[in-house]
Amino acid sequence: MDSIISAASVVAAGLSIGLAAIGPGIGQGQAAAGALEGIARQPEAENQIRGTLLLSLAFMEALTIYGLVVALSLLFANPFTS
Amino acid sequence: MYPFNLMNAPLLLSGVEVGTHFYWDFAGISVHGQVFIVMWFVIVLILVASLLGTSKLERIPKGWQNFMQATLEVTKDIAKNQLGESFYRPWVPFVSTLFLFIFGCNWAGALVPWKLIELPEGELAVPTNDINTTVALSLLVSVFYFYGGLRKKGLGYFGRYIQPTPILLPINILEDFTKPLSLSFRLFGNVLADELTVTVLTILVPLFIPLPIMGLGVFASSVQALIFSTLAAAYIAEAVE
Repeated sequence: MDSIISAASVVAAGLSIGLAAIGPGIGQGQAAAGALEGIARQPEAENQIRGTLLLSLAFMEALTIYGLVVALSLLFANPFTS
Repeated sequence: MYPFNLMNAPLLLSGVEVGTHFYWDFAGISVHGQVFIVMWFVIVLILVASLLGTSKLERIPKGWQNFMQATLEVTKDIAKNQLGESFYRPWVPFVSTLFLFIFGCNWAGALVPWKLIELPEGELAVPTNDINTTVALSLLVSVFYFYGGLRKKGLGYFGRYIQPTPILLPINILEDFTKPLSLSFRLFGNVLADELTVTVLTILVPLFIPLPIMGLGVFASSVQALIFSTLAAAYIAEAVE
């Protein structure tokens, strides 16, 4: 395999997962902060808030996972290597 | 194929096996046998549980009947929360089946020590870490929401493509493609990410350290099953309302 392609693939894989983690990280932080505020204000709604929070956290996590899928396909199923 | 010779080194206790499969040939089509074996195991498990739950129905539920009724309550709530009180009932079997199948697959992969069974090639693992499985499941969801919409509104269902304005037509059409794409990638990526994290940690430290990650994986995979079925119900609700 061409060494420049493998080097570029490894760098790109690292970048794709790293960059994809930035946005969802911020979003998850904000969502968790909002949920905490809600629970502190209204402790009896905790169960409902937790369910919704988990669901929305998983949605945000999916964005990082897309980055991970790109990284994995670069590492294990790279289309540019023969 | 693999850039990392490190990961294929034979001295390691567990290897990262992405892309090696145990091929079966069915009438000229080669299929991934390891996925089918685990999938059939899960299907048999669910069938046996539901047969045990419904074989001796009693007025006061106990044992398996009690367990299956509690399970049905949970899965019914998924459909009810998305589709609304008045027309959730016809969709309960579909959403419940999706939830139970994905949940069973994910937990079967996480809890059963498949490594003890040797295959000629590839390894037995979660069926949902194969992209073909998740794509099939999400295309099934697409078919079903089209079916639901068409049955409810007839050809008027396609009127939703030009709502609220005809300018949004391309985006509305694109949405039909991104829905199964994101559904399948979400499930596939999450399950594969769990497996890879555990594998890489096991390569680095074989004992004790991967345990919390495995616990997290078991939790996360059940959440993924919940999300897949919730989203399926939400897409159907969007089509039939």
